[in-house]
Amino acid sequence: MIAFANLLERLVFTPGRNAKIALLRRYFATQPDPDRGIGLAAVTGALSFAAAKPGLIRELAATRTDPELFAWSYDYVGDLAETVALMWPERPVNAPPPRLADVVATLATEHKSDLPGIVAGWLDASDASVRLALLKLITGGLRVGVSARLAKVAVADLSEGRVRPDDVEEVWHGLAPPYAELFAWVEGRAPRPDPAQAPVFRPPMLAHPLEQADFAALDAADWRAEWKWDGIRVQLVATDGGARLYSRGADDISAAFPEIVQAIRFRGVLDGELLVVRDGVVAPFSDLQQRLNRKSVGARMLREFPVAVRLYDMLFEGAQDVRQLPFDARRARLEAWYAAARPARMDLSELIAFDSLEHLAALRDGARAAAIEGLMLKRADAPYVPGRPKGLWWKWKREPLTIDAVLMYAQRGHGKRGSFYSDYTFGLWRTGEHGADELVPVGKAYFGFTDAELAHLDRWVRNHTVARFGPVREVEKAFVLEVAFDAAQRSARHKSGVALRFPRIARLRPDKPAAEADRLETLMRLVENAPTTNA
Amino acid sequence: MPHPETWLKVTSAGLFCEPGGFFVDPPRAVDRAVVTHAHSDHARPGHRAVLASPETLALMRTRLGEGQAGLSQQPLGWGERLRVGEVDVWLEPAGHVLGSAQVAMEWRGSRAVVSGDYKRAADPTTPGFVPIPCDVFVTEATFALPVFRHPRPEAEIARLLESVDLFPERTHVVGCYSLGKCQRLVALLRQAGWERPIYLHGAHVALCETYAALGVDLGELRPATVAGKAALVGAIVLAPPSAIADRWARRLAEPVVCSASGWMRVRQRAKQGGIELPLVISDHADWDELNATLDEVGAPEVWVTHGREEALIHAAGQRGIRGRALRLLGYGDEEA
Ligand SMILES: [Zn+2]
Ligand SMILES: [Zn+2]
Repeated sequence: MIAFANLLERLVFTPGRNAKIALLRRYFATQPDPDRGIGLAAVTGALSFAAAKPGLIRELAATRTDPELFAWSYDYVGDLAETVALMWPERPVNAPPPRLADVVATLATEHKSDLPGIVAGWLDASDASVRLALLKLITGGLRVGVSARLAKVAVADLSEGRVRPDDVEEVWHGLAPPYAELFAWVEGRAPRPDPAQAPVFRPPMLAHPLEQADFAALDAADWRAEWKWDGIRVQLVATDGGARLYSRGADDISAAFPEIVQAIRFRGVLDGELLVVRDGVVAPFSDLQQRLNRKSVGARMLREFPVAVRLYDMLFEGAQDVRQLPFDARRARLEAWYAAARPARMDLSELIAFDSLEHLAALRDGARAAAIEGLMLKRADAPYVPGRPKGLWWKWKREPLTIDAVLMYAQRGHGKRGSFYSDYTFGLWRTGEHGADELVPVGKAYFGFTDAELAHLDRWVRNHTVARFGPVREVEKAFVLEVAFDAAQRSARHKSGVALRFPRIARLRPDKPAAEADRLETLMRLVENAPTTNA
Repeated sequence: MPHPETWLKVTSAGLFCEPGGFFVDPPRAVDRAVVTHAHSDHARPGHRAVLASPETLALMRTRLGEGQAGLSQQPLGWGERLRVGEVDVWLEPAGHVLGSAQVAMEWRGSRAVVSGDYKRAADPTTPGFVPIPCDVFVTEATFALPVFRHPRPEAEIARLLESVDLFPERTHVVGCYSLGKCQRLVALLRQAGWERPIYLHGAHVALCETYAALGVDLGELRPATVAGKAALVGAIVLAPPSAIADRWARRLAEPVVCSASGWMRVRQRAKQGGIELPLVISDHADWDELNATLDEVGAPEVWVTHGREEALIHAAGQRGIRGRALRLLGYGDEEA
């Protein structure tokens, strides 16, 4: 448990991706089975149990600590598990700290009523960092700040390049903790684990953004075009072992979208876009957001935010892997299958007819519907290649919209940007309650600028601060930023009533007086919650 | 025997020993001051006469400049009794930073001890705390909550070196106060076998030189300010807490931002500071040490200065020790 507690402690404070991978890799490389596998499960969220309620921790604390001292301490620390972990009275015991695998096995088998005594014994044998990891683990409050993908990259790293992260991905959902056969494989001690009938995730094929130079080199006849929808990329997998809905990042999101899983009445692997669709009309992304990040979903959600999948590719037909077939052949199979199966809650992503690239460009510029981000271009003869192969798929977003907004607040970035004020909140003018103009924040942007622009903004922020709130500085309302964004959408959750999609800093406008920045009304005219259809 | 509260008084100008005619660690310039240690919240500039340990006087001259560290300076060695007015005064080590002293005062058989800041853990740069039996013990309370228990500093240094080993292409920059913590970290690193040069922010250089002049061996120290990025790859750099996550740190190679402080025990504190590797190393007594010290000095009454008075007074009260919060202004602003 000591190594696991150390790992958690460092991951919690480590912002950098590579540093996180290095920490995970060292943990996997140095810890024995089955502990490291249990650790992997804990980090990837595959180990979700709440064996104990916070009440149990409170009661334990009450038996060992003075109530007044506890109250002051809790008030200071602000987190129950951390307070108890830190103030647990240490008494010398002969037992070593528990092993992670033993803790998990005990929690799974012991009777709830025996738990307080067992946990107290563990706490007595541990130091503060192990106590915290233990308490977080048993109350299900383990938040590691690491994506499952990152953990898999670290596992693949153990193979010194023989096994790629995508290879791990393809067996992952056929495995279970403590993943001994996975470690044996990446360490070269055993063959690849056979996922057999398990509905495993297949790494998706991703597109590159289309630049002007790439566009000029295209031959229209080689390419197929589809609308690029603003939903989330999903994969539908169905085998004799079950049906699953996965996110692009390989998270199993079946429980959040039960209506999709129920609609899967086939065998195969399909690629598509998950959208909120009402009467055939695609709703903006903000509607879909209501359904994301939920463990389960109620009847009202199902009714008010009905989802569907717009299918655009087929990876497996039945048990047959068709990823090596050219796009046109896969598309023909997808269409034939769809015509025969007519699955509920699914439709086909339309292939857009065009006769020249100029024609295509005109179509893209004409696409102003809220849920359309632009076009996807796919090579007619390209196989389905996991990852981001160059030159096979392009995403061609429509030109961004822009507004001139006033910088209002700046916040320090993380990691490499830790010394820079690099997160900017910007606002637009509106008429306030008493008739005077006021700025209302409309969004936040933390990319789009060059290093030189960042340095300039950082200096400006430091020299024009009017108030500080922790890491945030409020600045003089005097600097105009040209902000680019993909779409503006009505949003009840934002003070301004509008949410921007992918805002970024397009240009600094030090020349422009703040009073001449745009007004909120201008932005509202760009709001595109008008109904759109797939036509 | 007079109760110490009849002769050791809290005034707006600080803690005043009436029959001795001097203040202890006064927050403003006074005629006669006894100073426990050279931290800025205890050693203010501009006193006329200052009595302190020789090391504290030397460190005050470095920090404040010759003219500001007392017009007349009187050094007092450990345990030497000196009659000041009607009061016997002597100093014993407080174990906080080099030269840090407890001030013991005795008048007509009544004895009070002002601890200043202190710790009980071993520190290679300063002699250890010596408990003095007394009638009133004036204690600090910076970490007077049971959540504060400092781990062994050697274990924290091991975590730092393990990180240096794991990220050899990065620079580890450790935020630490320039007087005491900085030199203790250097000494702990040397004890742990780190023999390479240690790089210093400009603010840390002068006090390290004074430590070296006072006989504390710190090994090879180099200014970080003139070293190029390449020279700092894999290096350990010590800098003031205010510099580590700010513009100054941009000169470093992909820095791992560390901080060495007792506050690092609480996650939220570390998170707020943008710290990547918190090291719980403190020059103050933790909760257990505070309570053990109260028991050891055996004073029936403790007066509590800067920190969380209520928790310590509560815990002392449960053991029959009378506690009193001294609301002295200005302490605890600087280091931990
Ligand atoms: Zn101090
Ligand atoms: Zn102090």
